[in-house]
Amino acid sequence: MLAIFRKEINAFFSSLIGFIVIGAFLVLMGLLLWVFPDFSVLDGNYATLDTLFAIAPMVFLFLIPAVTMRSFAEENQSGTLELLVTRPLSDWQIVAGKYLAAMTLVVFALLPTALYYFTVYRLGAPPGNLDSGGIMGSYIGLLFLAAAFAAIGLFASSLTTNQIVAFLLATLLCFTVYLVFDFLSQLPIFYGKSDDLVQALGMQSHYDALSRGVLDTRDVVYFLSVIAVFLAATVLSLGRRKW
Amino acid sequence: MSVKVRHLVKQYGTQRAVDDLSFEAHKGEVLGFLGPNGAGKSTTMKIITGYLPQTEGSAEVCGFDVTDQSMEARARVGYLPELNPLYRDMYVREYLEFTGRVHQVPNLNKRIDTMVERTGLGSHRHKQVGALSKGYRQRVGLAQAMLHDPEVLILDEPTSGLDPNQIVEIRALIQELGQEKTVILSTHILREVEAVCHRAIIIHKGKLVADSPIGELQQRFSAQHRVTVAFDRPVKPEALRAIPGVASVEAAGTQRWLLTAPLHTDVRPAVFAFAVAQQAVLLELHQEAYSMEDVFQQLTK
Repeated sequence: MLAIFRKEINAFFSSLIGFIVIGAFLVLMGLLLWVFPDFSVLDGNYATLDTLFAIAPMVFLFLIPAVTMRSFAEENQSGTLELLVTRPLSDWQIVAGKYLAAMTLVVFALLPTALYYFTVYRLGAPPGNLDSGGIMGSYIGLLFLAAAFAAIGLFASSLTTNQIVAFLLATLLCFTVYLVFDFLSQLPIFYGKSDDLVQALGMQSHYDALSRGVLDTRDVVYFLSVIAVFLAATVLSLGRRKW
Repeated sequence: MSVKVRHLVKQYGTQRAVDDLSFEAHKGEVLGFLGPNGAGKSTTMKIITGYLPQTEGSAEVCGFDVTDQSMEARARVGYLPELNPLYRDMYVREYLEFTGRVHQVPNLNKRIDTMVERTGLGSHRHKQVGALSKGYRQRVGLAQAMLHDPEVLILDEPTSGLDPNQIVEIRALIQELGQEKTVILSTHILREVEAVCHRAIIIHKGKLVADSPIGELQQRFSAQHRVTVAFDRPVKPEALRAIPGVASVEAAGTQRWLLTAPLHTDVRPAVFAFAVAQQAVLLELHQEAYSMEDVFQQLTK
């Protein structure tokens, strides 16, 4: 598993994908947080990082599928998957190696944003006047969200030999899981009757709950289940040749 | 017994890709796997390497069942799939390091150096795999298959697409390997089997049609002459069969016949005498020995 993890990390940084993803994320976040007046902290008059945590999921919606799209699709396409799965490795080890590599990349993209936290911390009046607990919760929520998106992306990639199809499918699936349940709950058939239930199926309500700084086990369990389901589906999809 | 395959069946929908195939391969042997395209060669290899599950029957590698003790069996197999898939953006050494780590090869650096030298990759070891020529990529494929020093090597068409010099080099390498390991190699180039293998298995439509040492296979079929003969008028096949020395008669077009005869007799004078007696004009008379190509064609017709 460690061998796969190392290979994937090397592939991210030798093919520039890693640098582009991290760079794009940080540039976008930096611009939105400090430069563009509509979102900027400096024009908002409040010492918060809410913009970051509201926008980041949208950016992840595209960036994470871009990170994961090649993981299996490329190996499928080039035939290297046949060699990989005939090595003395279980399918779980292969999936875990690739998943951890994708997550590592995401963590590397998120880490530098800690700098924003300290900046805003200093900017508060008096300094330190911001909701640190909320921000911690938001980071945890964002990590869970990214972890779920990465699992979905990996699954999408394992379904196809075409990286573009993998990317689009992953984006669509992430979008569905993240937002569509929220929209659905507004439909007349659910609204006022079971809208909270439909909402709870979607990711946004759980992400928002974590963002408030409340680490509720229900939300954590929700994210862990989504991750487990999609990783298991990926392993199943890898074993497809055996059906 | 390094590789043991028993009553192997692979069913794809209604089609039987491999049909009740049984064979064995021993240590110190290069086993040629012959058959026309689509005969089930690759499928059989994929089952032995654990990529595909069989529908029925069993396959063993060094005593480990490929389904029940998959990991043990896989650890003992080196595999070069058809078309030699490689990570094109990895460097040669990086790729071998990755393979070695997956197999947990001890003293990896030394082992890679040995392999690089043995496969003649020396001057290319710092290049990207994608930048290599086909022959060198094939060497990388062989190097990754041999890196963990497996007891069994499964090579699916290892020389396809190489130039004649490269073919000779790769064959020499395979022969060298065959002395200490079990090598199963598939091909549809008959000369390759003649040149490299000790034993050949011919499969056709998933079924075993021949399993014998190369010498025997050649002898069995080259012990005959094939004589093509054409007359200007119809003759009776029974009359042709009556010619002394003729073993079999087969029609090969209008008034054209294919005769077989034992190697030590030359039936051409008798055929000529026959034509004179029949007052027929001899339009064609041609004799040749059976080649491996004929063996192959006959068995897989």
